[in-house]
Amino acid sequence: MELFALSFTIFILALFVGVELINKVPPTLHTPLMSGTNAISGIVIVGAIISAGSTELSPNVAGVLGFIAVTLASINIVAGFLVTDRMLNMFKRKG
Amino acid sequence: MFALINLSYLAAAVCFILGIKGMTRPKTAVRGNQLAAIGMLIAVVAALLHQEIISYAAIIAGMLLGGAIGVWLAKRTATTEMPELVASLNGIGGGASVAVAASTWMHAVNATGAGSGGWTAAILASIVIGSVTLTGSVVAVLKLKGNIGDSRNNRLWHSVTLVTLIAAVAGAVLFATSSSTSPLALAALVGLCLLLGIGLVQPIGGADMPVVVALLNAYSGLAGAATGFVLGNQGLIITGSLVGASGLILTAIMCKAMNRSLPNVLFGGVLGGSDSTASQQDEGEFYDGKVKYATPDDLALLLDGARKVVMVPGYGLAVAQAQHAVKELANQLEGRGAKVSYAIHPVAGRMPGHMNVLLAEAEIPYDQLKDMDAINPELPQADVAIVLGANDVVNPAAAEDPNSPIFGMPILDVHKAKTVVVVKRSLSAGFAGIPNGLFIRDNSLMVKGDAKEVLQATTSAIKEL
Repeated sequence: MELFALSFTIFILALFVGVELINKVPPTLHTPLMSGTNAISGIVIVGAIISAGSTELSPNVAGVLGFIAVTLASINIVAGFLVTDRMLNMFKRKG
Repeated sequence: MFALINLSYLAAAVCFILGIKGMTRPKTAVRGNQLAAIGMLIAVVAALLHQEIISYAAIIAGMLLGGAIGVWLAKRTATTEMPELVASLNGIGGGASVAVAASTWMHAVNATGAGSGGWTAAILASIVIGSVTLTGSVVAVLKLKGNIGDSRNNRLWHSVTLVTLIAAVAGAVLFATSSSTSPLALAALVGLCLLLGIGLVQPIGGADMPVVVALLNAYSGLAGAATGFVLGNQGLIITGSLVGASGLILTAIMCKAMNRSLPNVLFGGVLGGSDSTASQQDEGEFYDGKVKYATPDDLALLLDGARKVVMVPGYGLAVAQAQHAVKELANQLEGRGAKVSYAIHPVAGRMPGHMNVLLAEAEIPYDQLKDMDAINPELPQADVAIVLGANDVVNPAAAEDPNSPIFGMPILDVHKAKTVVVVKRSLSAGFAGIPNGLFIRDNSLMVKGDAKEVLQATTSAIKEL
């Protein structure tokens, strides 16, 4: 329970940091911001890797779910960062 | 080793925070995004070092498959389709959270039996939020693409949603209290939540999808944070709440720009609803004989003498892919000494900032893109305002007619410019389903047609002057 309370504290504090930070992002960059946050929400890959890797070679449901999770999270990470980079470079060219 | 891995997650979270900080200015944004990508790399390497991992085959296969799909998605998506891509990625993120939570739960049940109450609650949160995000996003993408229209029977959908919601809550309580270890119970709960996601988004009108996409963005982050609670991983919690905060702020901005509350968007159903046929008949009378039509040649003559021109892009510009045509016309005008700027309403396009990306693609400098508060005081001095496929966001009724359903919505005051030129395919109503008094004003002209074709015709007419 102590770990839970600690985690919850971190969760609330991070929400405040997030609000402060995101409020400073100009409206011009809101679309890249959304695709960029899509990419970093791919951080669940950390859990996915552990799920997919901690099963023996004989496949079971948990392992298959882990594999699916790794695949989905990788899509988010790769597509998110690449497309954000593409958009941000358009803004960089001029101005 | 364990401490090192956890510190790596912290380092990753710090990279994400600094990365988003970089996004507060266009100049530093590219580096910010790269920094966030480095953070992700650190987190992935740290995860691979966990001692519980005994086989890398599934991990590598999943990464290669997902990576390939990701590259393909990022390369083939046109800037006009960004809303669909972001909505899809929201759903995929939600799906990943569900899969991680379910898989972690099965591993734990097989090994030691279910964990503590807080842990079970976190698993449930991951599954509920993740599943709702997954199917909700699928519906949102289909609505953005226009594959499914707005449903006629919203009351039915609302009751389906309510029943599903009650069933899901009951199921979740049962699941938590009985410390069930049957995977079937979990699967049934996931099924219910998937249905709930459809029921929540389906009754919301296509016009409100920008709000829904922003909200689902927040959900996908919160689902990730819940997964962090499941795994006891603080780095994941920090990252998830960052994404959640980002989505919530964007949702609030969009709601404010439409002068509507979030509950009104989510549960108010489609604006206008069944009255749409009646309002269409009124429209004929509303515009009858009062709209002054012009040709691209007239527009060219008008622009030839203009000193200050304001372009007002809307969703019609994205549909016509007219961003490069706007830039060409602007180049011509600037060559003749005119000052060109772009007025961007917060809900123009289909997602926050969508117009800015389209115009940036056409290499329009971002300091010419003005948001609503910056451009409204300048509009009365503008010689010509050209409205390109925008409608409700320039409807003066929002400012002047207290009986209008959109009264109170902040708008771009284009009607105060000396001349307003509306480039539009037809007189049909915008998302709000109401006629636009701007089109029949004394100072307004309408050029009917596709935004791209009209702009190109105007540009060549100006060149010949």
